[in-house]
Amino acid sequence: MSGYLESVLVLLCINTVLAYGAFLPMVAGQLNLGVAAFVAIGAYSGGYLSQTYNIHPVFAALAAVVVAGFIGWLVAFPILRTRGIYLALATFALNQVVQGVILNLNVVGGASGYPVSAHIGFPVVAAFAVAVVVLMVGLFHTRFGISVTAVSDDERVADLMGLSVRGLQTAAFAMGAALAALGGALYAHHFNYIEAQNYGVLFSIYVVLYVLLGGTQTVYGPLVGAAVFTLLPELLRGSASWRYVIFACLIIAIMSLRPQGVLLRKSWFSR
Amino acid sequence: MVLEVKKLSKSFGGLKVIDDLSFGVARGERLALIGPNGAGKTTVFNLISGVYAPDAGSIALEATDITALPSRFRIRRGLARTFQNIRLMPHLTVLENVMIAQYARTPGVAALLQPVGFGRANRWREEARAALAEAGLERYASEPGGALPYGIQKRIELVRALLAAPRVLLLDEPAAGLNPAETEALHQALDAIAQRGITLVVVEHDMQFVGRLCQRVVALNFGVKIADCAVGEIHADRRVREAYLGADELAA
Repeated sequence: MSGYLESVLVLLCINTVLAYGAFLPMVAGQLNLGVAAFVAIGAYSGGYLSQTYNIHPVFAALAAVVVAGFIGWLVAFPILRTRGIYLALATFALNQVVQGVILNLNVVGGASGYPVSAHIGFPVVAAFAVAVVVLMVGLFHTRFGISVTAVSDDERVADLMGLSVRGLQTAAFAMGAALAALGGALYAHHFNYIEAQNYGVLFSIYVVLYVLLGGTQTVYGPLVGAAVFTLLPELLRGSASWRYVIFACLIIAIMSLRPQGVLLRKSWFSR
Repeated sequence: MVLEVKKLSKSFGGLKVIDDLSFGVARGERLALIGPNGAGKTTVFNLISGVYAPDAGSIALEATDITALPSRFRIRRGLARTFQNIRLMPHLTVLENVMIAQYARTPGVAALLQPVGFGRANRWREEARAALAEAGLERYASEPGGALPYGIQKRIELVRALLAAPRVLLLDEPAAGLNPAETEALHQALDAIAQRGITLVVVEHDMQFVGRLCQRVVALNFGVKIADCAVGEIHADRRVREAYLGADELAA
């Protein structure tokens, strides 16, 4: 496989993992604009663990998932007290705070970036991405899928039906944080260099766009969204300087044809 | 008493919506809660199901005090309800909507992660489908919840409440907005439910419907209980007639 093709596929895998990180809270009714904060937490904590303690990068990535999941669970308590646009604002603020903290942490290089020497190759990245997709497809064939949808549709009735509204919202947020961190840790160990500047709110918005484009109605939506956003610009490389103009036009065309996302569904259980 | 409300009071701002209300429901009984608009009937349901906490008084379900029990645990103890304004989940199919209620029977993380969506004949999916079929609603199973006619949605809501396997069922205006044929079908469905030993508490304006379905009536006016009697005696009750018609009308 050529180096170019491999790096595109690696990005596709990582973006898919990130898209599921944004998808989980969105299905529960939360617009999380702080995805990049958890990507950064994953990238930096994973990178720091393998760099400083010489932990195998795969285990460092898994540890980063646990760390970010825990942080996500903690911040979910204050953040999920807010609703709708205020929740989006709170996660936006979280993104700024995390980015600001990392930029000032000299132990991971601060503003000059952080080189990570341990490497995770394409096969392992791909295996992680496949595992995440399989896990998510499985998860949305359990009661969890209909339950978080119920919570996002009508909290009061969901509660009266015996569902733990706060528990499901927190779980969706924390699991989303964990997946975002996995994407971050894989990126750090594959490309071996990370910069906190990259993990701003714009990054979060991009990941949210993958999900919106693919659609939040089926569990395959994030996969399609990540594929479109990763592969389309590459396919347009031929037209050099105009490719992002064409790309933007195509995205607008897709969204106007399928405002609910590319993939629609009738049911979580049957398509 | 399967459900017992004692000296219940609730105010919103300065307005006393429920004032020192007490009544009990025996197992298998069919009780109607009636009263003019704004009498506080739906508030009573909201207090019993835990949407609001009462200012004073207590609620007991099967001799256990549930006054302070969080609302989501009440359905798990066998207390289910329907809503005056139908509240099906718009982004779930009818089948998924009614399956939501099954969770109340086996709550917990393990049940939440049960793979109900895989396989042709999943037990929970089959059960929900059978319950819909029994109510004559099977053909709507894969329609989205919010887009169906009013009468159909009302019946789906009833199926949903039943799939929680309740022992006490609170029905908030089940016959409102139904045509005569739909009302008759509802009546038969509720009769069948009561035959299974489920205790019914019904808020309803249609007195003919109440007369056929229920044995006892509790009447409210401005949050105060003004009558508690057998269904046959309610028309003779002076205070109930005053509440509905006004004191002057009766004097004339």
